[in-house]
Amino acid sequence: MMAAFIALFRRDLALAARIGGGAGVGLVFFLMLVTIMPFAVGPDMALLARIGPAILWVAALLATLIGLDRLFQADDEDGSLDLLRMSPLPLPLVVLAKGLAHWISTGLPLALAAPVLGLLLALEPKALLAVTVTLLVGTPALTFIGAIGAALTAGMRRGGLILSVLVMPLMIPVLIFGISATSAALGGSIPFMTPFSILVALALFAFVSGTVAASLAIQNAEG
Amino acid sequence: MRLVVDGLASIRSGRPVFSNLGFSLNSGAALAITGPNGAGKSSLLRIVAGLLPASEGKVRLEGGDAETPLAEEAHYLGHRDALKPALSPFETLLFWQSLFGRPLRSPLEALETVGLAHAANLPSAYLSAGQRRRLALARLIVTHRPLWLLDEPTSALDAASETMFSALVIEHLAAGGMAMVATHAPLDFPCERLVMGGRP
Repeated sequence: MMAAFIALFRRDLALAARIGGGAGVGLVFFLMLVTIMPFAVGPDMALLARIGPAILWVAALLATLIGLDRLFQADDEDGSLDLLRMSPLPLPLVVLAKGLAHWISTGLPLALAAPVLGLLLALEPKALLAVTVTLLVGTPALTFIGAIGAALTAGMRRGGLILSVLVMPLMIPVLIFGISATSAALGGSIPFMTPFSILVALALFAFVSGTVAASLAIQNAEG
Repeated sequence: MRLVVDGLASIRSGRPVFSNLGFSLNSGAALAITGPNGAGKSSLLRIVAGLLPASEGKVRLEGGDAETPLAEEAHYLGHRDALKPALSPFETLLFWQSLFGRPLRSPLEALETVGLAHAANLPSAYLSAGQRRRLALARLIVTHRPLWLLDEPTSALDAASETMFSALVIEHLAAGGMAMVATHAPLDFPCERLVMGGRP
C-alpha cells in the first residue's frame, strides 16, 4: 500500500513539474499580487510594513485557490479518476497523496517565496520569519480545505468559480489565525504561541476532514 | 471463479436504463454485450466495476478472495484512455503497475506486445488515437486482474491491432480470466452474447 501511495505521489509531482502541469501558475500570480501592492498603496513604508503580512497572506490564499480546480478535474476528464477509484489504495489515501503533491508543487513555493517578497513590502526581519512560518503551516490547511471543493466540482467545466465560493468561507479561520499569529510575533498583548497553536490545530483538522470529505465527494459523484 | 449478476437495474437521472438483468460468467469465458446506443452497455460495465451504484440488484464474484472488493479484481477500459500527455508510455505503465500491484508483465514487455516499444520514452501527447488505445490495452497486461471490463476496446484500432487485441483476450481467457466486452464490432474469439434491449 505504501508503494502505491508513493507511486501516485511521485506521478503527481512529475506531472506538476512538466509542461502544462501548472506548478508555476500560483507562484507567478502570488508574485504579481504582491508586487503591484506597493504601487497601489503608495510609497508609505510604515503603512506597507503594517499591512504587509496581511497582503502576503491574502495573496497566498488567492494563489492557492487559482490552482485548486485542476486537483481532481484533470484526472476526472481523462478517465484516470475511475481507475484510481478501482485501485487497492483506499480513496482517502488517494486524496492525501494528491493533496500532498499539490501542496508541495503549489503551496510550499508560496511559503518559500514569502520572505523574498516581504522585502518589497518593507517588512522587518522578525515579520518575515513570522509570515514564513505561519504560511508553512497555513498553506497545507488551505490546500486540504480546498480539496473538498475540488472534489465536489471535479466533474464540472469551469468549476473554479464555484470552488472558490464554496471553500473561501472555510478558509477564513486559517487566514484570521495566520495573520494574528504574525501580528503577535511583532509584539502585542498576546503571545505568539496562542494563535499559532490554533493555526496548527486548524491545519491538522483540515488534513483529516479535507481528506475524508473529498474522498466521500468523489465516491458519490455520479459519472 | 465466477461472476454473478442478479436482478440488476439501473436508473440514470430518473430514466430507467435497464432492469432485472441477470447472467453469470464462468472462469475462462467472455461475454459480448451488444445493443443500440443508449441501451445501457456502458452503464452495465460501470456498475460491475463499482463506479456507478446500481439502483437494484447485486454483482458478486464467487470463488475469489473474500477480502478483495470486486473493483480490485477488475480492469476497466472505458471510452477515455486515462493517459497523461506529459508521461511517456513506459512511465504510464510503470505507474499503474506500482499503484495496482500484482505485476504480470513488465512495462517494456507489455509495450512490445502492443507494438509500442519504439515509442516507450516519447511523451504520450505524440501518440495517435490508435496508439493511445493500444497503450490503454497494455495496462491490462501489466497487472493481473481476473475480470476485464472493456467498453468499445477496438475503437480507433486498425486491423492488425484488432488481431493483437483478440490474442490478448484469448490468452487472458486461457489463463482462467473473464471478460465483458461492450462492442458494435464483431469479435473473433468465442464468447457468450448478451443483447441489451433497445428502448422505443
